[in-house]
Amino acid sequence: MNFSVLISQFFPLLINGLALGFIYVLVSVGYTMVYGVLRLINFANSEIFMLGTFATYLVSTRIFKFDQNSHPAHGGKLFLIIICCLVASMLTSGVVAMFVELIAYRRLRTKGASRLGSLISAIGTSIALSEGVRILTHSIPVRAPRVLNKFNVFEIHGVGLRIDQLLTILAGLIFFFAVDRFVNKTRLGAAIRAVSMSEENSRLMGINLNRVITLTFLIGGLVTGAAAFMYDTTYEQTAYYAGFNIGIAAFTAAVLGGIGNLRGAFYGGMALGLAEQFFSAAFGAQWKEIIVFLVLVLILLLRPNGLFGEAVQQTRV
Amino acid sequence: MARFNLRDKGAEIWEGWNRPKRVAFAVFAIAVATVLPYANKFTLTSFLQTPITSFQAVLVYPVGMFILMALGLNIVVGKSGLLDLGYVAFFAIGAYTEAVIGSHTHLNTWEIMPIGMGFSMLAGVLLGLPALRLRGDYLAIITLGFGEIVRILAINTPSIGGPNGVANIPNPPNFFGIQFDLLHQDHFFWIVIVLILLVVWMVRRLTVRRPGRAWEAIRQDEDVAILMGVPILRYKIWSFSIGAAVGGAAGVIFASQQLFIAPQSFDYNVSVLILSCVVFGGIGNIWGVILGASILSYLPERIRFISNAREFVFGVVLVLTMNLRSDGLLPRKKREHLSESEKQALKETRAALKAEKKAARTGA
Repeated sequence: MNFSVLISQFFPLLINGLALGFIYVLVSVGYTMVYGVLRLINFANSEIFMLGTFATYLVSTRIFKFDQNSHPAHGGKLFLIIICCLVASMLTSGVVAMFVELIAYRRLRTKGASRLGSLISAIGTSIALSEGVRILTHSIPVRAPRVLNKFNVFEIHGVGLRIDQLLTILAGLIFFFAVDRFVNKTRLGAAIRAVSMSEENSRLMGINLNRVITLTFLIGGLVTGAAAFMYDTTYEQTAYYAGFNIGIAAFTAAVLGGIGNLRGAFYGGMALGLAEQFFSAAFGAQWKEIIVFLVLVLILLLRPNGLFGEAVQQTRV
Repeated sequence: MARFNLRDKGAEIWEGWNRPKRVAFAVFAIAVATVLPYANKFTLTSFLQTPITSFQAVLVYPVGMFILMALGLNIVVGKSGLLDLGYVAFFAIGAYTEAVIGSHTHLNTWEIMPIGMGFSMLAGVLLGLPALRLRGDYLAIITLGFGEIVRILAINTPSIGGPNGVANIPNPPNFFGIQFDLLHQDHFFWIVIVLILLVVWMVRRLTVRRPGRAWEAIRQDEDVAILMGVPILRYKIWSFSIGAAVGGAAGVIFASQQLFIAPQSFDYNVSVLILSCVVFGGIGNIWGVILGASILSYLPERIRFISNAREFVFGVVLVLTMNLRSDGLLPRKKREHLSESEKQALKETRAALKAEKKAARTGA
């Protein structure tokens, strides 16, 4: 245990925590949106994320021919690559999410199966996806090439904000507010909110339930894909198990903010990202997962509706 | 048309038998299981031979162990409807108890068995007390986390070997001249059979008595169970810790048979594999679970190309089973005894519901 690190490294930890927090925010939006409409945890969301990281990796290595020795890109080319990778990740994750809904949830839902049934088929989908990728990659983690030259955008007293962290924070903010606007201000967003309030009533009001649920998965997937892109840019590696811990952490973040509550996911993700950085600096990084887990258990025990639970009824997705 | 149901057909035949017939059948089934380790020696059954690992070792792990654990998990998932995704944790606790106590003290496997089961049950209670108050999907993710925590703790604790695990775990001592060592895997299989029989007996007894009825009530509708005065937390914890004890017992035998254990044998995949055995065979039905676990644990050992893609296949099996035949291979017995008029009424209600649903789907 080393608490002096918390003081001396305060600002770097803060910046790392914020960057990590925004990745959590976006992934937990995926969990919270699906939970809002279906009242089910989408266990396959971690694999949706994982496939997104592979999309970025494949686009940068196969289409733009980057490898471990190539120099980082500059200027217009860099911009093009970033946009392509981001779009590829988002589309992959979005399409996979829709696909997951189709094979794991839809049939069971129309049959009126139990919650246990849907959970089990979601877990099956999740393990099939991650194991499929494991077989394709021969169980070897892949190192993504460095496309973005990582320089400090600005520096005060030796504390710098790296470009990828700035990018993560900016993209996180933009995507989060885009989703928030979409859900709260548009017609389709209103349909999503209606379904999350009452499935039966929204059907009576003429909402096409299947289409809204697919749309919800798509949005959750797109945002998760954006997080996957930022993960790849920041950590420059991925593997078939990359989604597992991020998935649990993002789920914890969603619960922390009150699952089904979109703005709750934002605060939950921030809080968890910061907590994880500071705690693992103090206790050692090997206990990271345990810290996340303890946070989850404590929250569920003490405030099952999340830290912002009192507002849950009004602001469900 | 009534769908053919192997489970109900079997139950019908079984109920038609008198006691001597039932005893004879049970003795026959146990006898077949006892000589199973030698099945690869006969020409008639030699197709059972496994290509990589020796057939007898395969029968102990994975086949026997998976059946045992699937039966334990079935108490939790099948009987009381609680989704436990960290069942491997109890297996790990049992195995580590045997490994650490067995290699540091003079206690033998039989003496450690109750200790291992006790530790597993304790872990089950400690996890269950907070987790079982929560709704189903929260429970699933908490147990998933718990399974990972146990593994991470094992990796990060140097005194129990850290990532290297524990080696030199002693074999069980001789038992009336029956030896237990590397060369006598068949004897280990017999222990597993005895444990399986004990668990089957226990589950059957519990099912027809108060705990079984309480679990059934909890599984079908928790709110109604509370209203009917079932102390649901207490029975959930019982179900959880009994399931944990079975997992712990399997772990103790596993460690003493393998002689060496490491944290990576206890990862999340094992929990999912056992869950697929339960789901594939038929949630809640012990014979279905035994059948499902035998098929799913044996086939990857027999057919080479599956063994690398084992978890992948199991994931697909989970999805397909839930989508196409959500009750599994051998579904649980439908316990409703209805009169003819009641059956007719039920049929009409179902048809009406179906029509309504169809109208809602197309008309909306």
